[in-house]
Amino acid sequence: MKKLLVSPSPHIHGKDNTRNLMRDVIIALLPSLAVSIYFFGFSALRLTLIGVAACVAVEYLIEKYMLRTKVTIGDYSAAVTGILLAMNLPPNAPWWIMVIGSIVAIGIAKMTFGGLGQNLFNPALVGRVFLLVSFPVIMTDWTMPDSWFGSAIDASSGATPLGIVKEALSKGETLQQIFAEHDFSYTQMLFARVGSVGEISALALLIGLVYLLVRKVIAPHIPIAILGTVAVFSGILWGVDSTRYTDPLFNLLTGGVLLGSIFMATDYVTSPMSHKGMVIYGIGIGIITVLIRQFGSYPEGISFAILIMNATVPLINMYVKPKRFGRK
Amino acid sequence: MKTFSIGGVHPCDSKISAGAAIENFPIPEVAYISMSQHLGAPAEPVVAAGDKVKTGQLIAKANGFISAPVHSSVSGTVKSIEMVKDLAGNLCKAVIIDVEGDEWMEGIDRSEDIVREIKLDQKEIIARIAECGIVGLGGATFPTNVKLSPPPGKKAEFLIINGAECEPYLTSDYRVMIEMPEQVLIGAAIMMKALGVTKGFVGIEENKPEAIRVLSGYSEKYPDIQIVPLKKKYPQGGEKQLIDAVVGRQVPSMGLPIDTGAVVQNVGTALAVYEAVQKNKPLFEGILTVTGECCPQQRNFKHRVGTPISKIIEAVGGVPEEAVKVISGGPMMGKAMCNIDAPTLKGSSSVLFLTEKQTKRKEEGNCIRCAKCVSVCPMGLEPYLLNKLGRAGRMDDLEANRVYDCIECGCCSFTCPAYIPLLDMIRLAKGQVMRIMRSRPKN
Ligand code: SF4
Ligand code: SF4
Repeated sequence: MKKLLVSPSPHIHGKDNTRNLMRDVIIALLPSLAVSIYFFGFSALRLTLIGVAACVAVEYLIEKYMLRTKVTIGDYSAAVTGILLAMNLPPNAPWWIMVIGSIVAIGIAKMTFGGLGQNLFNPALVGRVFLLVSFPVIMTDWTMPDSWFGSAIDASSGATPLGIVKEALSKGETLQQIFAEHDFSYTQMLFARVGSVGEISALALLIGLVYLLVRKVIAPHIPIAILGTVAVFSGILWGVDSTRYTDPLFNLLTGGVLLGSIFMATDYVTSPMSHKGMVIYGIGIGIITVLIRQFGSYPEGISFAILIMNATVPLINMYVKPKRFGRK
Repeated sequence: MKTFSIGGVHPCDSKISAGAAIENFPIPEVAYISMSQHLGAPAEPVVAAGDKVKTGQLIAKANGFISAPVHSSVSGTVKSIEMVKDLAGNLCKAVIIDVEGDEWMEGIDRSEDIVREIKLDQKEIIARIAECGIVGLGGATFPTNVKLSPPPGKKAEFLIINGAECEPYLTSDYRVMIEMPEQVLIGAAIMMKALGVTKGFVGIEENKPEAIRVLSGYSEKYPDIQIVPLKKKYPQGGEKQLIDAVVGRQVPSMGLPIDTGAVVQNVGTALAVYEAVQKNKPLFEGILTVTGECCPQQRNFKHRVGTPISKIIEAVGGVPEEAVKVISGGPMMGKAMCNIDAPTLKGSSSVLFLTEKQTKRKEEGNCIRCAKCVSVCPMGLEPYLLNKLGRAGRMDDLEANRVYDCIECGCCSFTCPAYIPLLDMIRLAKGQVMRIMRSRPKN
């Protein structure tokens, strides 16, 4: 008689696997990538491809020749890190900075912790912050690369709205003066504005969010908690003094808040496991982001906010448990 | 539409045998009637080799409070009482009967007539259910009379009939509900009388609209029994999840369903209760689905308990070429058979064939901490953590994280994108922790 397979239940498995989930994240990033290629041209595409190639190569080399373990590039997580890192860089960053960022992201932030699933900090953000601290000039050079459609954005200033506001405020101008001098149209921000490769279009990022939610790749808790907190907290400050503090919509649409809350803070490995924990984590990120923006010396704070909250995740997981069945 | 509040998954439906009417499976030439057909102590044979038995005759008596008597499913001569292998290959005592004809015990009403009037009183009903060897047919095979007698100090408020049949593939309960709806409702009414409650529910998942429609058609005749359509979600048929879904109460951790005032019985059990109380027929038959995409025939059989499963498989053309696994029960919680010659039991609900593509486990990857196992766990546990703690053998932490609450539904392993066999580890750890907890002196 033929031999039957015997193993414990369950005998079937759902459709999700690591590779499909990562592929879905990549798909969700495509609208943003498309918009940035539209405005930044070849340089955005090149940056992204270099990022992917460098991250995958670093992971492959380390696993194959240093750790001598199974090579896991097939799960696409290194590719996702590469794209996210590229999304966080200014569009005309030089290629070598991308390579350094990849080595830091994969080699230091991911592999030294034990590879996929073991790292405490979001690899792409570690890479980005490392570059920001080491090469501050390149990392805040927002001048537009030559592109096919460059005229769509006012790039003459070479600074992001957040940077312009921060600098002018420090010179003692009021927000009303700053807004009068510069044309910060919110509608335009929705479609395209100055910023890193991935930040350029708020709308494209939101399309990505919808895709991730529909495909159930992520739970809505983290992005909603961050965006809600940023809106409420900046709204309170704005209510207190609207000459010094920017309004909530400005805060949501500028800088990396959308990119960070949708794609960086939701990184599985470095975010909490329970829904309650996710909300706490999101609120923390929202508060720290606004604090850095309004009171810190950097114009943008979401990267630091996420990294700081990454560090609290083990603690959150230990003390914030999911809602148990049968406990009042 | 109602459903349970925490977690759950949506495996594909695969109710491909739903259209197959229940057929009588031929009586085997030899019946192997196991003494371990229920939760609790095996029954004790009261017949010896050479005895003549009739269909429905008592052949083994209950052995202790949590146990159930066993009746012959065939008529003939007792050949021997021996150890036979069950479907997992473990030995269990069985009465082996050479079948001659099919002569039933006097007193069993074999007519098709529906008997509506419930003549027995509360005590007599429970006694009859015990005598007839009725056990829960939803999987656990817990003696039904025990469940209908709440422990002192606990009071039942309502009865819930489990018609969720949330496991993919299974259709035996569905067929019973649409072919014998009134019998099921009378069975429910009998159990309500036994419990002294006036409120009953039948919870049915929305993927069985026909069953909902048919049973709702009797609402005027049985106004105390409410048909509750439920959203399709696994494990809705789990006792705790069903109570939560139907009446919105949660069984406390370490507590019993009766703590919420609910008693849950399966559709098949309700039919068995009807037959026992109204027709005087002990439980010696069962309804069983034979199915699987690779199986050329989709059937629902009424079988005599003790029929070798291999005979049933032969009737559909043998184990299909592509099948690598034969499962008794559903694909989420059923048991993989290693011995298809094992006899059917009272609680046998299906023979399911799965192909290599459907069931082969994939290579396990790193936990990516996606939290999907956490969000699907219907008990609100953290499977990834229990798995980690289990591997490290940290018994205290496993207990603190309530591994004992796990209902072994398999949602976690089913979902894990890294193909980690979470439930394998959790089941093992749960067993160890429960042993430690039981060994502690009670104060
Ligand atoms: S579902 Fe699997 S990969 Fe995701 S957290 Fe749970 S154990 Fe880890
Ligand atoms: S098998 Fe246990 S741990 Fe896994 S989902 Fe079900 S109840 Fe939760």
